[in-house]
Amino acid sequence: MEHNGNYKNEFGWFADKPKVPRKLFHAKAVVGGLLIFLVLVTAPLWRNLGKVVPAPDPKLNTQAILALPEKDRVCVEDTAFMKANHMRLLVDWRDEVVRNGNRDYINSKGKRHLASLSNNCMECHSNKSQFCDQCHNYVAVAPNCWGCHWEKEKKQVAQTEAK
Amino acid sequence: MLEQAFTGSKKYFGLLAGLGFLIGLGALGYYQQLTTGLGITGMGRDVSWGFYIAQFTYLVGVAASGVMVVLPYYLHDYKAFGRITILGEFLAVAAVSMCLLFIVADLGRPDRLFNIIKYPTPGSVLFWDMVVLNGYLLLNIIIGWNVLEAERNDTKYKKWVKFLIYVSIPWAISIHTVTAFLYAGLPGRGFWLTAVMAPRFLSSAFAAGPALLILLCLIVRNNTKFDPGREQIQTLAKIVTYAIIVNIFLFFCEIFTVFYSQIPDHMIHFKYLFLGVEGKGQLVPFMWFSLLGMIVAAIAMVNPKIRQNENTLAWACGLIIITTYIDKGLGLISAGFIPNPLEHITEYWPTGLEAMITLGIWATGFFILTVLFKIAVAIKEEVRA
Amino acid sequence: MSIKRREFLRLAGLSTLLGLGGKAAFELIAPGQLDAQTYAPESHALKAKRWAMVVDMRKLDEKTAAKCVQACHVAHNVPDIANPTTPAAAVSPEDQVRFRIKWLWTEDYHNAFPGEEHENVQEKLHHMKFLVLCNHCDNPPCVRVCPTQATFRRPDGMVMMDMHRCIGCRYCMAACPFGARSFNWKDPRPFIKNVNLEYPTREIGVVEKCTFCDERVSKGQMPACVEVSNGALTFGDLGDPKSKVRELLRANFTIRRKAHLGTLPQVYYIV
Repeated sequence: MEHNGNYKNEFGWFADKPKVPRKLFHAKAVVGGLLIFLVLVTAPLWRNLGKVVPAPDPKLNTQAILALPEKDRVCVEDTAFMKANHMRLLVDWRDEVVRNGNRDYINSKGKRHLASLSNNCMECHSNKSQFCDQCHNYVAVAPNCWGCHWEKEKKQVAQTEAK
Repeated sequence: MLEQAFTGSKKYFGLLAGLGFLIGLGALGYYQQLTTGLGITGMGRDVSWGFYIAQFTYLVGVAASGVMVVLPYYLHDYKAFGRITILGEFLAVAAVSMCLLFIVADLGRPDRLFNIIKYPTPGSVLFWDMVVLNGYLLLNIIIGWNVLEAERNDTKYKKWVKFLIYVSIPWAISIHTVTAFLYAGLPGRGFWLTAVMAPRFLSSAFAAGPALLILLCLIVRNNTKFDPGREQIQTLAKIVTYAIIVNIFLFFCEIFTVFYSQIPDHMIHFKYLFLGVEGKGQLVPFMWFSLLGMIVAAIAMVNPKIRQNENTLAWACGLIIITTYIDKGLGLISAGFIPNPLEHITEYWPTGLEAMITLGIWATGFFILTVLFKIAVAIKEEVRA
Repeated sequence: MSIKRREFLRLAGLSTLLGLGGKAAFELIAPGQLDAQTYAPESHALKAKRWAMVVDMRKLDEKTAAKCVQACHVAHNVPDIANPTTPAAAVSPEDQVRFRIKWLWTEDYHNAFPGEEHENVQEKLHHMKFLVLCNHCDNPPCVRVCPTQATFRRPDGMVMMDMHRCIGCRYCMAACPFGARSFNWKDPRPFIKNVNLEYPTREIGVVEKCTFCDERVSKGQMPACVEVSNGALTFGDLGDPKSKVRELLRANFTIRRKAHLGTLPQVYYIV
């Protein structure tokens, strides 16, 4: 039967949709499929279930920080701001440096800082595992900064190896 | 309608299981590629696109060829094709799905795939390729589904579907044109720098796609109660005949321009393909087989006795599918990179793992095709019963 | 600074939920403070209207060229696929060719300038090793084809790579007529012997190339290769008529690679 637009069937022009009984066909397969889907979607929850992750305890006791006089022990912005926004700040730095060639960050107090993860942040926070990883592990995020940028801890290992 | 996909013969489920197995193998290979990088393929700094992009190019053609059944039916009111438009549309769906998978398989950073949408760049042909391919996929799913559902319910599909059908016709041409523009606009790649690229893509697509559809129609007839029809197959065969002849003609246009002008950086790629350069020419036998095979197939198809006999027709169609595949799927992409712009020659051959991933994607496409054809055929059988 | 106050509050709220002291952040930070934050180039950054390079082949012997390549590749942690740090990472000779990453390298005359060679060419050309690199074209095809603007042309003419954005489609590699782009087919780190800790490496799956040492220029330094080239390489501003590059271009006959393709390469060669 071709549907060329102007054919007539036994009920007249453009018959109504045939009635389909209201019933869940293939109930077993459908419900089973939905269950599998649910389990897969919630897999990250199951994976972390019951895992005990110690509360984050980022350490600020690196040599570089301790060497500074107490009053100079400040980051490029307030601690509170950094806690909440360091990821946004780093993404901003990244784009400004790579795309706009702006390698200096002028902070809210008007002070210039080199906008560089490896060459500025990690100079003080040379303890990635004791600092960055503390919270990142706690909230189960894995930023891939370290795929390219050197982390200070490994840096030192590499440096001593080179010597 | 989807429920039709879940019932069927042992043969149907056996086929799906077999394809599922190949998909699983492909997924394993892809996992390896994802974790250790594209170094598991045969590609390198000189031949930086390979098997994946070649399959992609070939399959865009298969997808675009769906228009060869849609256009005669809707624009010329060639009623016989009404019976098989759905097969053409569903073939397009499966082919475009494979295209998209091949693109993703070829990306170095699939995790950043959506950067194409996050940072849309209208100056890049790849951006437009993403737009037209996804659009074509969507169009064919919507059109195919609605038309089939209307046929099943014995009603006429809605008006807006007709509008989408009209849109889909130039859209099909566009997907292969844009794909040709991916290559044809690059300075310093003499092999691809030709205005005849898009027309040649279309002609080889309109030969290979309908040839594949003929084989699929024959398979459907032999395995189900639905007969796509002798007239339909014969009309498709005529389309294939014209298209393959145009394809050969355009190839010789290309050869003339390249060799009469005697411009070295255009000639050298053809020399590599058909003669070999500096003792390197692993594609030479393939390319000669492809060219001669295409000519033989064209002569066979012109002959009414061969064309009208469905057995010999099937053989000719098979030959066309294989030869156009070699031409577009093996020769076209790698020869563009060999020799490289600095005239160094590094050859390319896919690795086992690369072939496994490729096979996995083909299996995914045929899985989709099998399910869609099963639905379409079941409904055709139901309506006819 | 692109953090809006609303967005900041949202983030602070989120971190409160995670027990990270966002509440304290909310109380401590005075609104409006964020607007003061801006960015600027480093104070002693070199600036130019249009960066360009002149390669003086009269002064460039093979040893100097090798030194330049070495300086560049060490400065940018370019992996040396032929020399892995561990024997386990070693790859076959064919794979060394396939996976090679080059920012700066040497080519023979007929490869650097295909089609220019003839039978009776000056003897010295047969022995010359031409230093080749990204030409930082004025009309770069790689930038034209990139679907994400991961490679882009800066106003000062440097054609840059944003490795954070690259999706690894390698369209730029097909588009570049100079073979100046390399792809990370493998993890590069096992192939970097002399690590420069100031400069990042790359991950698998992105394209990289010479950036005219934007990181050094921004600190007021010349590109690494120029510094060790004994005067064979000159880097400067084409927009400044008094610059050294303009002087060299005025005084000498120069050629460019594949100028007929219209990409307007900005690396000039004095032969």
